[in-house]
Order: sequence, then structure tokens, then C-alpha cells
Amino acid sequence: MEIGKSQPVQKAPPTGEATDAAHWEGLEETTEFKELVRARWRFVAPATIFFLVYYFALPLSNGLFPSFMRTEVIGHINIAYLFALSEFVMAWVLAYFYIRQATRVFDPLAEKVRQRAGQGK
Amino acid sequence: MSITLTLFLIVVGITLVITAWAARRTRTTVQFWAAGRTIKGWQNGLAIAGDYMSAASFLGIAGLIAFNGYDGFMYSVGWLVAYLTVLFLIAEPMRNTGKYTMADVLSYRMSPVPVRSAAAFSTIAVSASYMMAQMIGAGSLIKILLPDLDKNLSPYFNWALFGTKLDPSIALVGALMMIYVIAGGMVATTWVQIVKAVLLMGGAILLSLLVLLYFNFNFLAFFDKIYSVKDKATGLPFTSPGILYPYGKATVWGIDKALVENVSLGLALILGTAGLPHILMRFFTVPNAKAARSSVAWAMGLIGSFYVMTTFLGFGAAALIGKANICAKVVTGFKCAPGLKPNTNMSMPRLADFLGTNFFGATGGEFLLAFIAAVAFATILAVVAGLTLAASGAFSHDFYVNVVRTHLFHGTVSEREQVLVARITAALVGLLSIWLAAKTGATANVAALVAGVAFVIAASANLPAILFTLFWKRFNTWGAVASLVGGTVVTIWLVAVGPGWTLPAVAHPAFPLQNVGIVAIPVGFLLAIVGTYVGELAKADRLAEVKFHEIDVRAQTGVGAEPTPVPA
Repeated sequence: MEIGKSQPVQKAPPTGEATDAAHWEGLEETTEFKELVRARWRFVAPATIFFLVYYFALPLSNGLFPSFMRTEVIGHINIAYLFALSEFVMAWVLAYFYIRQATRVFDPLAEKVRQRAGQGK
Repeated sequence: MSITLTLFLIVVGITLVITAWAARRTRTTVQFWAAGRTIKGWQNGLAIAGDYMSAASFLGIAGLIAFNGYDGFMYSVGWLVAYLTVLFLIAEPMRNTGKYTMADVLSYRMSPVPVRSAAAFSTIAVSASYMMAQMIGAGSLIKILLPDLDKNLSPYFNWALFGTKLDPSIALVGALMMIYVIAGGMVATTWVQIVKAVLLMGGAILLSLLVLLYFNFNFLAFFDKIYSVKDKATGLPFTSPGILYPYGKATVWGIDKALVENVSLGLALILGTAGLPHILMRFFTVPNAKAARSSVAWAMGLIGSFYVMTTFLGFGAAALIGKANICAKVVTGFKCAPGLKPNTNMSMPRLADFLGTNFFGATGGEFLLAFIAAVAFATILAVVAGLTLAASGAFSHDFYVNVVRTHLFHGTVSEREQVLVARITAALVGLLSIWLAAKTGATANVAALVAGVAFVIAASANLPAILFTLFWKRFNTWGAVASLVGGTVVTIWLVAVGPGWTLPAVAHPAFPLQNVGIVAIPVGFLLAIVGTYVGELAKADRLAEVKFHEIDVRAQTGVGAEPTPVPA
């Protein structure tokens, strides 16, 4: 990242590749692209952490709090089973929110970068 | 038995006809590998579901639940949640940067010769171990349909291949499947996967409804019955966690071993999917990133619904038949024929037999058994085709065409030569998986096997390479090769010295866990990082960082993505 950043550009072969690299770096520097990356990570990073934590809470609770997880809620249906079912709901809901966000926010931003890329060439 | 076998052959025959029809529509390379990139999102969603739900899901999970209760259901949970990893991090960037195989994406930034060779190695390892489980599943079906086949064929199988005697049923059905796939069924798997996904969902819905009908749609009565099934060793009811891996029995590194096994399994389940070459290939069949995204959504809906139904399928088999009576041949009263060992992989067909007989009489039982066995067989065949495509793609496209011929001999390769190499690869991988299946044993659970080997290799070798290629600027060829080769080797080694899945279990294995993911996956990521820094010190690969800017923009936006060809 530090010194390495400028070096490879100089070392790259003089012909097509150098201009090519500059072209891509240029696109990377555009506000639209930066905004897209920021918007995407602002959703994906917390969502990924959330689903990992929620998912591993199940095997961990099964092992660490066995009597609590075996508590029966309705008839012989216990907390462990209901927790497992809730994982399905969690996955579907998160997927729904991701797709909504992608359609509303990421796609228009990506389209802007694509247009700019088309003009640049 | 003749009705069962006849109907089984009819349903399988229909599937084969569709395959042949689809195969004739395939002309060019892009059609061969990526179905012309014209597959719609929902179609691809069905195809992903078809590719993903193998014998492991259809036969394996039901078996794990039928034999171990609640713990088996953890496989269902993990294999759905896994798709969030795919959706958030993998599907769209893959479509935006890839062409035919996983290695296409890696070699964007990396030096193509070492990376393609390493990716071919890990892809073949994943495919062969995945296929090994499919072979065991197919063998289990044949053992039910033709219970005397093993005995009748045994004189011809009285020899050993590298010290292992082949299992007659597995060897026969495995060889037939490979011949079919290699002879032409290998192409155009998308449509086969779609047909098969529909069949599989249909079969699961039918059996689930019949299980519920047995309990008059009284959910609580169903759970009462499951609760009444108790595990002999622990005394726990089947609704309770802790039967597959009993808690409080042993410790590993000072922690309860059962807890470590479950977390380790979970890691492989949710991280492995994102590194499965035959699933990643599916994202190259759609027109753009948006379609890749919607196909994951469709797949999640279908796969999730199926996995919820494993409650009825698995617990249903436990409650209605009981694990002691799940084997290749049953006598009156659904008791295991004397001298036969129970086999977890036979839970679904046995459940079908029981429910059919219960509701529609003996013929109904034969009918339903034939139908479910045929669906399972179609499932396995379709997955074997997908895996063969991935493995032969990795070898012929990545290694042979791009490494051996283009870089080492600087020649051009005719399509005929490429297809020939693909077929030879497929035959060898098929043979390897039949041998591995015999070595592992026909009664090992196929879901546990897939999760225990193929998913761990995918998560420890492929996933770090893909993620870092897409998102880490400093990542380079050394890091990629280190994780692809290192992750694969470490996983195979840990599994080989571990307790394994063959009963009786090894008494004091060199590695204590069945699920090796908790060690292998971090090692894979670590190798990728260490390899990268070593490569930097060696000043080996400056282009990787320059190229990062390109892959960064392409992955996020789809600039310059492989286009959708105009339909002919």
C-alpha cells in the first residue's frame, strides 16, 4: 500500500498496459465509484457480521446452555428447534434487504460508473 | 419388486431423454460451459438449487436426522445460511469478472500458469471428494432396488485396487453414470438441473405431506412422537441437541469436543458453498450481475424450503420407522432383514416405502419407493454431471489449454482435443471417486462426508483465493497458490489422520475431530496471507497489484463483463 503503490505503475510495460492501468485507476478514483464501494460495504460488512454472529450463536448455545436450549415451548417443540427455524427466516430476510438495497442504491451507482467508463474509452 | 424397478427405470429414462435433447442444442464453447449466458435469473436459481441439492441433501440430511435427531438438522441450517456468503460477497463479482471457471477470475490478477495449475488441483480435489459421496448415495439406491446385486456380483469383484476391494453396487452404478456423462450428457447441465430441482422439490413436498397426514396435520402430535424416540447411548430424546456429538464426554484443547465439532462443522457449511467450483460456474450462465443476484434469491427460496422439509423427512423416518430398521432389505412389519446393517443413506427411500404402504397398500409402497429412488438417482446423476463439468473444465480449460498448450508449448488447441482431454479427466475423476467410495465404505453418511471433506477444501483453499483476489490489493500469485494448494493438502491430511466416517471409529486418531474446518480453514486463509508477504519479499509479482484496480472496478460495476451474445 505505502511505497508499493507508485512503483508497479512505473515498472509496468510501457505500451497498452500502462495506459490501461491508468484507465482503471482513474475509474477507481471517481466519486461515483467511491460512493458505490462505500455504499456496498456499509451494507455488506454489518450484514455479514450479523449473520455470522447469529449463525454461530446456535451451535454455541446448544453446547454452552444445553438445559436452556432443551426448554420446551409448545408441546415437545424446544428452543433449540425454534432457534434453528429462525435461522431460515433470518437468511431470507437478510437476502431480501440486500436485494432491495442493491436494486435501489448499488445498481444506479454502478450504471453511472459504466457510463463514465464508456465515455473514457 | 419388478414394479419398483420398472418405474424407477422409466423416471430415470425420462430424465435422460431431456438431457439428450438439451445436449443437441449445444454448439459453441460458450454454450458448452456457460449455456450461452442467456439463462434467466429464476431459471438459474432453479439450476443452482439443482446443482447444490445433491445426494447429501436429499438422502444424507434425512439420514442424519433419522439416526441422530436434532443434530442432523444443523446441516440444513448451515447449508442455507451459506448462501448469504455467496449473495453478499461472491455471486455478483464472479459474474462481473469471470468467463467459464473460477480460475478465470483468479488469473485476472495473478500469473496464469501457477494459479491455473493450483486451481485445477483444488477443483479436482473438491469434485472428487464430492463425487465420492454421490457414488455412495447411488450405490445405496441400487442396494435397495436390487438387494441381491452385491452378493451376485461379488465373485467378479474379488480383487483389490490399491489395497481396496471395490463395492459392486457402487462400482457398477458409478461406472454407468460416468459413461453416460462422458458420452454426451456432460453438456448443457442447466436444463437437467432445472428438471431435477423440480422433481426433487416435488418428491420432498409429497413425502412431507404424507408424514403430516399420518399425524392428521397435528404438529404437536408429530413432535410428541419424535420426543418418544430416545437415543440409546445418551438417553436423550430425538428433539434434543447432543446425540450426534454428545456433550460433556470428551474435551479437545480444553473445550468440550462436541461443541468444537459443531462449530467446526458450521464453519465448513457456511463458508464452503462460496468456494464450490460447480456452484461458482453457475454464475457465468446468466446475462449480468443483477441476474446473478436474483438467481441466488430464487435458489435460497427453493433450497431453504427444502431444508425446512427435512424436519418431516428426517424426523418422520426416525418416528415412523426407527434407525434400526433402515437398511437395504426389509421383511414383514418393516423390520430389517436379518444380517443387514442399518444405512443412514437409505432413510428417504425407506420412508417412501413405509408411507406408500401405509396409505395405498403394498403396491403403493413399491410405487412411492420407485419414485423417490428415481428422483434421488436423477439428483445424483445431475450433480455428478455438474461436478464432472467443473472438474474437467478445471483440467482441460484451465490446465491443459491455458497452461500446457498456450504457455508451455505455444500451440493452439482444437475444440476436439479440448473435449477429448475433458473426457479423459472425467473418466479418471470418476474412477478415483468410485475407489474413494469403496475405501470410505457404503454406510458412511453422504451429507457428513460432503460437509467433512469437499466443503472444507472449498472453504480453506478456494474461498481465501477468491475473496482476496476480489478485495485485497496486495494479494498476489504466491498467496493464491499457497492457499489453493496448502488448503487442499492440509484438509486431506487432517481428514486422513482423523477419526473418519467408517465404523467402527478409529480409537486414537492423530487428529481428534471429524470436522477439520476449524483448523483447516484458518490455515488456508493464513497461508494466503503469509504467501502474499513472502511473494512480496521475493518481488515476484508486481502485476497483481496493478491489476487489482481493474478487477476492483470490474467486480463492483460490471464494466467490461462478458457480454450476453445475441441469440442466434
